[in-house]
Amino acid sequence: MSDSSCCKNCQPASIGKKVIMALSGLVLAGFVFGHMIGNLTVFKGAAAINEYAEFLHAHPGLIWSARTVLIISVIAHIWSGVLLTIENRIARAGGPAVEVTRRASLSSRTMPYSGVIILAFIIFHLLHYTFRTIALGGQEFGPNVYGMIVAGFSQPAVAVFYIASMILLCLHLSHGISSVFQTLGLRNERWRGRLDVLATLYGWVIALGFISIPLAVLLGRLK
Amino acid sequence: MVKPSEQSSHDSERTLALRLRVWRQLRGGEGHFEEYSLAAVPVSASFLEMMDMLNEQLIREGKDTVAFDHDCREGICGMCSMTINGMPHGPIPGVTTCQLHMRNFRDGETITVEPWRARAFPVLKDLAVNRSAFDKVIQAGGFITVRTGSATEANNTLIPKPIADEAMDAAECIGCGACVASCKNGSAMLFVGAKINHLNILPQGQPERERRTLAMVKTMDDAGFGNCTNYGECQAHCPKGITLDVIAKLNRDYLRARVKEFFSSTGKARKGGE
Repeated sequence: MSDSSCCKNCQPASIGKKVIMALSGLVLAGFVFGHMIGNLTVFKGAAAINEYAEFLHAHPGLIWSARTVLIISVIAHIWSGVLLTIENRIARAGGPAVEVTRRASLSSRTMPYSGVIILAFIIFHLLHYTFRTIALGGQEFGPNVYGMIVAGFSQPAVAVFYIASMILLCLHLSHGISSVFQTLGLRNERWRGRLDVLATLYGWVIALGFISIPLAVLLGRLK
Repeated sequence: MVKPSEQSSHDSERTLALRLRVWRQLRGGEGHFEEYSLAAVPVSASFLEMMDMLNEQLIREGKDTVAFDHDCREGICGMCSMTINGMPHGPIPGVTTCQLHMRNFRDGETITVEPWRARAFPVLKDLAVNRSAFDKVIQAGGFITVRTGSATEANNTLIPKPIADEAMDAAECIGCGACVASCKNGSAMLFVGAKINHLNILPQGQPERERRTLAMVKTMDDAGFGNCTNYGECQAHCPKGITLDVIAKLNRDYLRARVKEFFSSTGKARKGGE
């Protein structure tokens, strides 16, 4: 189309954008698993998770390689997601007056929304733990990550926002993981159902793993 | 298949009174819904025959008839379109509008009839849309290049039965555009996937496999279709039962073609041994 020919020339094709979205999503999905496992050391006591945090900070090469890959993935994921969403809205031309959904799942239809809320969560999360510009619960910033976790989640609003974000992450992953296989051409009717189950399971494992921490704080198991 | 019980004399005598909300639009103009009442519609009539009855009524009233696409009326040409109550080809999965019968509607029901909605399918008039974008995709690669008039012995090219079946399944696509109309992204991936699969898995399609895939996807993108986000609505509304398998395979073939193109031979060394 003439109105978008310039953009079309410097952009990858539709399937190219999908592949960028799939591969960057795969990196991020793998990261949240590692992050969750790291977080669960909180249940081994304050010393364990504080040591884990110190270990990470003592290896700037390790942490910055991971951060570089993550930053590139996040930018690629958001960039392709925004482009795809805008193009798809335009292509739909408003859609029919009567909207019927036969099989598109809730998670598939809410990907842009769950994505935006998860992004807002990530920004808040980084401001709290990484940049340390938001203090929660009067806890002083320092090497005591355990104290920051407990102080943060002791505030119900923070815990509820965290839990809600993790449920949205579960929703996002349940469509995303299954879509990775489709986009890379590694799916058929026989495997579709199994991969959907696998993706939903993965989403729930990640979400429940993360949610267990604010729940433990709220229930007074972590002090 | 129509069961004998459905063809009983009782069935053919039963008629419906309907209220129709039909999209009316002149070329280049803004469209709107208009309401019509239609009485005595036999339940054995097809949806298109019902639309014919509406047009006859409009002619008697001296009004402009409703434009809609149709041709074979036996579910194989892909001309009929219409989004009926929000569903391309109506409420019964696996049938085209021409094969949809009025016995699937209730007496007194209000039926909303709209054209295919997609940027790549501009409305020509009323319910008729311009599906030339599909023709352009086919022109870009939906063919094999052979010398005609010198047909070789058919048995020279052996095709395993499962491959032939798979190609035939993909070739069932009649190019009606219901996939685009049902897709919440206005994506044509099911159509393009079906056409690519049909040719790319057969021996005759191999020589142009990569060129075909890249050209058809580029034409699809340029036509203004959306991107697939794996909703699966296309499969649920396809009158021919084409599955998302063809989209997975299209993605795979596209990646393969891009890699092959990227690392394609750069030709012979030039004079001077560059």
